[in-house]
Amino acid sequence: MSENHPGGYLKYEREPIGKRHPKERVIDFEHIWAPAWEENDLKKQGERCMDCGVPTCMGGCPIGNIIPDWNDLVSRGDWKEALDRLHATNNFPEFTGYTCPAPCENACVLSINDNPVAIKSIERAIVDKGWEMGWINPEPPEKRTGLNVAIIGSGPAGLSAAQQLNRVGHKVTVFERDDTIGGLMTYGIPDFKFAKHMVKRRVDQLSREGVLFMTNIEVGVNMPFDRLYEDFDAVLLAIGAQKHRNLPLKGRDLKGIHFAMEYLINANKRQAGRPVDDLIDARDKNVIVLGGGDTGADCVATAHRQGATQVIQISINPQKPGERPSHNPWPEQPLVYKKTYAIEEGGAEEFSIDTVGFVDDDEDGHVNYLSAERVEWQYDKNGRRKGKKILEKDMKLPADLVLVAIGFEGAQSGHFEDAGVVVENGIFKVDENMMTNIPGVFAAGDARRGQSIVVWAIGEGRDAARNIDRYLTKNNESRLPASLQTINPPIER
Amino acid sequence: MKHISQEPAHGLFDPKREHSNCGVGIVVNLKGEKSHQLIEDGFQILENLDHRGARGAEEKTGDGAGMMIQKPHDFFKAIIPELGSFDSYGVGMVFFPRQPQKQLALREAMNEVARRERFNIICWRKVPTDNTGLGKTALQTEPEVFQFFVEPIEPVEPEQLDSKLYILRRLMEKAVRERAMWGGDIFYICSLDRRKIVYKGLLTCPQMRTYYPELSNSKVKTSLVMVHSRFSTNTLGSWDLAHPFRVIVHNGEINTLRGNLNWMKTREHELSCERFGEDTEKIKPITPQVEISDSAGFDHVLELLVEAGRDLPHALRMMVPEAWNKDPFMHPLRKAFYDYHSTLMEPWDGPALVAASDGYRVAAILDRNGLRPCRYLITKDEKLIMASEDGVLPTKNNKVVKKGRLKPGQLFMADTIEGRIIPEEEIFDQLTGKHYEKWLADNRVKLSDLMKKDDAELTDTFNFDHITKYQKAFGYTIEHLTRLVQPMLEQGKDPIGAMGDDTPLAVLSTHDRSLFSYFKQAFAQVSNPPLDYIREELVTSLESHIGRKHNLLAETPGHCRQLSLTSPILTDEEMAVVKDMDTNGIRSVTIDITYPKDRKLNKAIEQIRERAEQAILNGYEILILSDRNVSSKRIGVPALLAVGALHHHLIRENLRTRAAIVVESGEACLVHHFCTLIGYGADAVNPWLAYRSITQMLRNGNTVATREYAYQNYRNAVEGGILKVMSKMGISTLESYKGAQIFETIGLSNDFVQEYFPGTTASLAGIGIRQVEKELVTRHTQTFDSKVAGTLPLNQGGEYYWRRDGEEHQWNPISIGKLQHAVKVNDYELYKEFADSINEQNQRQFTIRGLLDFKKNYRESIPLDEVEPEEAIMKRFSTGSMSYGSLSPETHETLAMAMNRIGGKSGTGEGGEPMDRFGTERECSMKQVASGRFGVTIQYLASAKQIEIKMAQGAKPGEGGELPGGKVRQHIADVRFTIPGIGLISPPPHHDIYSIEDLAQLIHDLKCANPDAEVHVKLVSKSGVGTIAAGVAKARADSVLISGDSGGTGAAVKTSIKSAGTPWELGLAETNQVLLANNLRSRIRVRTDGGLRTGRDVVVAALLGAEEYGFGTAPLVTLGCIMLRKCHCNTCSVGIATQDPELRKRFAGKPEYIINYMRFMAREVRELMAEMGFRTIDEMVGRVEMLRPKEINYAKTTYLDLSPLLYKQPSDDDPIKTREQNHKLDRKLDHKVIEKAMPALEKKGKPSFDIRISNRDRTFGTLLSSAVAKKYGMSSLEDDTITINATGSAGQSFGAFLAKGISLHLEGAANDYVGKGLSGGKIIVKKPDDSPYEASENIIIGNVALYGATRGETYFNGQAGERFAVRNSGAMSVVEGIGDHGCEYMTGGVVVVLGLTGKNFGAGMSGGEAYIYDENHVFEPRLNKQQVHMEPFQDTRDKKLVKRLLENHFLYTGSKKARFILDNWDDCSQHFLKVIPDAYARILSEYLEKGKDIRLTPPRKPKQYVVA
Repeated sequence: MSENHPGGYLKYEREPIGKRHPKERVIDFEHIWAPAWEENDLKKQGERCMDCGVPTCMGGCPIGNIIPDWNDLVSRGDWKEALDRLHATNNFPEFTGYTCPAPCENACVLSINDNPVAIKSIERAIVDKGWEMGWINPEPPEKRTGLNVAIIGSGPAGLSAAQQLNRVGHKVTVFERDDTIGGLMTYGIPDFKFAKHMVKRRVDQLSREGVLFMTNIEVGVNMPFDRLYEDFDAVLLAIGAQKHRNLPLKGRDLKGIHFAMEYLINANKRQAGRPVDDLIDARDKNVIVLGGGDTGADCVATAHRQGATQVIQISINPQKPGERPSHNPWPEQPLVYKKTYAIEEGGAEEFSIDTVGFVDDDEDGHVNYLSAERVEWQYDKNGRRKGKKILEKDMKLPADLVLVAIGFEGAQSGHFEDAGVVVENGIFKVDENMMTNIPGVFAAGDARRGQSIVVWAIGEGRDAARNIDRYLTKNNESRLPASLQTINPPIER
Repeated sequence: MKHISQEPAHGLFDPKREHSNCGVGIVVNLKGEKSHQLIEDGFQILENLDHRGARGAEEKTGDGAGMMIQKPHDFFKAIIPELGSFDSYGVGMVFFPRQPQKQLALREAMNEVARRERFNIICWRKVPTDNTGLGKTALQTEPEVFQFFVEPIEPVEPEQLDSKLYILRRLMEKAVRERAMWGGDIFYICSLDRRKIVYKGLLTCPQMRTYYPELSNSKVKTSLVMVHSRFSTNTLGSWDLAHPFRVIVHNGEINTLRGNLNWMKTREHELSCERFGEDTEKIKPITPQVEISDSAGFDHVLELLVEAGRDLPHALRMMVPEAWNKDPFMHPLRKAFYDYHSTLMEPWDGPALVAASDGYRVAAILDRNGLRPCRYLITKDEKLIMASEDGVLPTKNNKVVKKGRLKPGQLFMADTIEGRIIPEEEIFDQLTGKHYEKWLADNRVKLSDLMKKDDAELTDTFNFDHITKYQKAFGYTIEHLTRLVQPMLEQGKDPIGAMGDDTPLAVLSTHDRSLFSYFKQAFAQVSNPPLDYIREELVTSLESHIGRKHNLLAETPGHCRQLSLTSPILTDEEMAVVKDMDTNGIRSVTIDITYPKDRKLNKAIEQIRERAEQAILNGYEILILSDRNVSSKRIGVPALLAVGALHHHLIRENLRTRAAIVVESGEACLVHHFCTLIGYGADAVNPWLAYRSITQMLRNGNTVATREYAYQNYRNAVEGGILKVMSKMGISTLESYKGAQIFETIGLSNDFVQEYFPGTTASLAGIGIRQVEKELVTRHTQTFDSKVAGTLPLNQGGEYYWRRDGEEHQWNPISIGKLQHAVKVNDYELYKEFADSINEQNQRQFTIRGLLDFKKNYRESIPLDEVEPEEAIMKRFSTGSMSYGSLSPETHETLAMAMNRIGGKSGTGEGGEPMDRFGTERECSMKQVASGRFGVTIQYLASAKQIEIKMAQGAKPGEGGELPGGKVRQHIADVRFTIPGIGLISPPPHHDIYSIEDLAQLIHDLKCANPDAEVHVKLVSKSGVGTIAAGVAKARADSVLISGDSGGTGAAVKTSIKSAGTPWELGLAETNQVLLANNLRSRIRVRTDGGLRTGRDVVVAALLGAEEYGFGTAPLVTLGCIMLRKCHCNTCSVGIATQDPELRKRFAGKPEYIINYMRFMAREVRELMAEMGFRTIDEMVGRVEMLRPKEINYAKTTYLDLSPLLYKQPSDDDPIKTREQNHKLDRKLDHKVIEKAMPALEKKGKPSFDIRISNRDRTFGTLLSSAVAKKYGMSSLEDDTITINATGSAGQSFGAFLAKGISLHLEGAANDYVGKGLSGGKIIVKKPDDSPYEASENIIIGNVALYGATRGETYFNGQAGERFAVRNSGAMSVVEGIGDHGCEYMTGGVVVVLGLTGKNFGAGMSGGEAYIYDENHVFEPRLNKQQVHMEPFQDTRDKKLVKRLLENHFLYTGSKKARFILDNWDDCSQHFLKVIPDAYARILSEYLEKGKDIRLTPPRKPKQYVVA
């Protein structure tokens, strides 16, 4: 047989590394993920990969991870080569190996009529192994170009751009407005989903490769944009998209109503033992999370860990179907209902709930309940909500703490707009080389594409680095590989 | 030589390219008595061989016929009294132009030459000719035929006169040529000889008699006659190409012609011989530089060898040696003869029956594979009648004393002076001698002898830390290493892949592609057969002699002072020895082919050439081109470029024979690399970096292979791969493959090819030396730049498996997803998104069609509703032929249902079809007949609407296939008439198609099997396919399919998927041009397929000339195929390409999906038609003027020449099929029989009747069988319902597809293909009672009997030819002796051989039983034990079976041998041996343990036949 284990999937069942038992994990802030895995199990999982002629997983993975290759290498036990192959497309495989929703697995051909290959688990295992074996070390460039790049924002986009640019010899300085490097990887994601020491060791690696990190510097506040523009040969804006979407409803100003990200950062800082200005605690409270997304789920899970009495996650949209609707076939990402890790741990979910307002019953300035309606939506031809049928009026949902997790409107771009950078629809407007209207100023990550997941941010950072390198060296060819902008694009652009 | 006015090459049609095959006949009075009767015999043979020749667009124009006889001295003397004695003069036969002034000028020129050569032209004579009845083409090109008589001014000995006449003729030809006298007109000397004369012309066989009235003059007498009837693929008038030539007639094709001619050119410089003396220079060039037909080239060289003094048989054996290397039976002295001569000359390889005459003797040889038929008989009055068929000259039974055939590789000689047939052994007694052995021992150096066994492993100074840099510098990718090299070293084979190729041509790719990838392997289809190098290994050889070659016309001990290699692949140890060698004066020199970065590539090449020349002048005999010195400062010249450049330079400088070219290459690592290097002249290759890459893999533990096997495995894989590529073209030996340039290029500029690879066809002229250099430098720079952390040291590749940053594929996650979505929800807009993504890909120059635009304003647009409806367009659509076996039954049926619902076609593919689908919606309308003949029964054929003959398959043209045992589940086995679990082989060739006239025969057979079905021939695109298609049209096929190289497949080696064949656009355009130029277009429908995906693709295909369109992969994608490319693994996760019952359940496709897709495409087609103003497809077909090249910047070049593709061929012919082929079924003998058999068809009685039959009655019994099958469908007649008693020599395909219930009893003999596809009928052939010879010692039926038989009984009272019962799957047969390759690929049935078998018995046999009566214990070495074993004959059941078969044999035929064995059963039965395939035996016993006997039961005893 000249192929790599084409029948492996018939021999073994899918068994991802998995999570700790909900009951066990909900009482601590340790990783929800199983802490360890068996090498042999993972080899079998690698063997489940058919090494397809058209590996759709690789099309499903925004950054084009060479999934079949490392699946095969793992099945052969060649972890070192697997790690190299993994690092070839992904600067921080543990960021994705732990937190990625794994669009690759949804695109895996086995997800058509079987259980997909446990790609994410294998990715995690490879990088776990890499750290464990000491294979991941600083690799400073052989020569320096003498050119300087400033990167604003130290989330996954900023960090991957920093590492890539540094690799071809540019001097990179990363500016972070917060006290710790990592952006949302540090404070946006709860510890139990991604432990902070894992960010730290990457930051250490980058530092030792020669990347300079500056914290507590916010451009436009304690660092004028013009100065950066003067001092550096190129600037990359990777500031994320943290402008919250608000809910302008009656009672929104009441106490006890917070944006999800405020709550999560607050909780994370607390967890990290750092000073917190204004503690938001869910202990013994009725918590309502508005918004059915991943951030909402993180709120649910955090609230449970803080000792909430009850947690309800409310979604304005109807519950997604259990199976793919016909307009959403493989290999598109499936629009189906999947219970989140947070709900596994407890709490209730409500769907098709249109929030009417927040009510302070006892008039103490603090929210008491949520007033809402259960509805059935009508949509226009673009799928936008245009009308509703009320199924249940005057719902009263008790709420001591309301967390608004209905998404983000865009980048917090004010200071940059002041400096003349053009913003459109809340994000920086760039050309096909990811450059803004100001020559030499580039944008990447959520700040360029809008709110998204970590893997896209990494890809954005890598592509930005490539484009900046081309700009700096005035050579259309860069020695840095493309990520999202490969000749063959990812399935969803 | 071509002297005939011909169209220059326009477009893609090169009129010089043509193939021809034929019928051959010889009559010799062995006693040397001359008579006129022999001429009459010759005429009659020609007339009886007429069906082997062909007709062009006109019935009255033949492809050529001719006759060679001894010089009719008495006749000439009577007209020209001035003539002296027989030996004193020569007669020339010459074609002149018709214009008198030109004739005068030519005559004057010839006179002048004669005078200068001291000859006197005695007289000129206009030969009377009668052109009544000739066709238009023949008349338009008709010459005037003259004879001239010359005598030497000073009398000379007869032999000397022969040489002088030869030189005279060469000089006359040269004089005319040099003065360019003929212009475009005809001048051709048919013969100029003392002993013999050639009459020939562009005639049909019967016209030969009338055109040359003087041949009927009773004074014209001869004691030997050679006649020839030609079948050519072109219809352009070529009077000169008719045979005989000056020495030979030839039936077959020389595959290695290009190489042979190149080697001849390079040897010319050294030619010298006593006989010619200083005249040697006068005969040069031996083979003219203009293109030349293979037969003519062969004739030139044979003539040279003979005139220079070698005996005729000697010269023939030099040019066409037997398969001697691996023959265990051959006498050592004969081996030494061949061994020695292999140092002089490479074999002229290919299927061939060559008969040659020196005027006194006739010698005939058959190629080593026995791929052409030749039967002979000797009469009581010592007449030898030899021909392609038995029965061409009716002879009274009681006068025949011997009936024989030429065996593979055999030399046969009849000598009229000695008055007898000289046995081959006796000839060799003359030819061989101890001296060859001694010369070899003293002079030849064997590399293996130089290797010191006890040498420790070479110390390697190579720095493995930097290996990836070298790999990158030489173009390796991760994919090359892991997907190709690694499987090679692990399994010893070139790895298998599936689902074809959907990547751009190298020239269109935006990726770095090596020079190798611009070369596409050529392959055999129709005009010659590919070979099976695995099952017929004994004819192959990778051995070679390299080094200094000497004067071809002499033989000395020094001639063989060469280095002998057993393989062209050198290990590092061997390379080291060659580098250091200084043995017997053989010295080597290493030439560095790297050059400093700041130099230019073309200068580097010049320097290599200079150094090589200098080294040769310094006496080095082995040049080693080495790129070991590649470094950050030095770039390596691409190995192929270095080899091609040097090889051709040395040819031009007349130095190529002086030294060998050995390549020490870092670049060569894949099979295709080695093939191209050798194909362009490399004598040996050491892949130094490939070896080190293997070492690296072993060191890293990346492979499970063990060290000791890894290198050997890799080498085995490369060698096997080379053999496979060679055998694709029907080439058996490395010596003749070397330099044969069996490739074409796509995307290389003409200048570039002309300079470095001259003689290679170059399509889509594109990049040249500058671009090659630019890419080389870029790669080099990237390689030696500092490392960027996190980037992979090597590129991923992605040529085979899609990768995000790899080569682009048309099928990718997006296009697959979009198409599946569109057809599931039936949404045209979504389809358009898919189509746009493909069409947009095309616009990104993925494909040739992507380089074209429609001229939209050329014609006025029309409203959409004026365009013919979607339904009409969809009728032209078909799904490709994908076999039941590779596809799951569910998929296979869904395809059929969909296409039946829209009135399109779906093909069965090669694996047959379950009979319960016949007549239902699930039936495929198009039934395929492929080389395996699986499931091809009379019912299958009779149920077809179209019958497809698959000559080649896009992904692996020229190759066979193998369905692995794991996929042969019960349902598959049932359809294929086999048992589950046994792997099934489809042979590379159809064993009944070795040439174009054979294809005509098969088409005729199939037409007889179902006169209502359209017969259609599937070809694969390559340069020259148009010429083949013209041959197909002339073979009377109703339609022809030009399949692109990208087509999907269940399994093919990855080398083939990538490196063979060309895109359909090229082949289709060429086909259309050739058919139009030859006025054949209106006779045949043209289809195309191979990667069509959208309506736009269909429109381009239509404009380029296709009337119908096939889709293979895309329909599968609509059914859920996701291009796993795992078809060969049986693990398809969507239930499409699998037989696993669990996986089949996953199949989720529906006919609607395909229908939606087809409708979408039709809609897109209509929209485009409206825009371009076409109302019907018929209107649009062939309107190539509607296409224009896009103005685009290509990734690699600024210019690609598309004009040949878009050439509009002027023609009076219709651009679409408008005429029906004349299949000539109306006058068949079968009609008489059918009439008489009517009562039986009405179930009223059991008719029995007598008929006479001749060799012109081909395919007897098949029309009758068709009538039976159509009447009875799946049920059948009782045995012996219809009995026919025939007498005479039956034509080919006697009893083909004979239905159950019909019994044919023939007293006489039969030709090839008896009982082909036998479907339950009985065939008995017995020796005539009044013939005096012993039946068991004479031949009674021809080659390839019972090919693909599924059931029935046959009894042959005599010997059969080669390949008896090939791929038999159920028939039972008794025969009294057979030729080589008996029971090859047999999967079932029983064969009893009562005498000797030839070599290679049971090769590839996977089922059934054979019993050999081996009285003299000679059988065992003839058995091919790869898959079968021998058992003693002791089982009771076996004995019962054999005894019954013998009894029947005796009862039916009266066989003396059967009687004897039965009478002495106890003794004789001890001499039987049983042959049974290993796997079959194992499965049998498994069944037997379960109490089930799956073996055939013995036949019934006949009632009515009781022999006294």
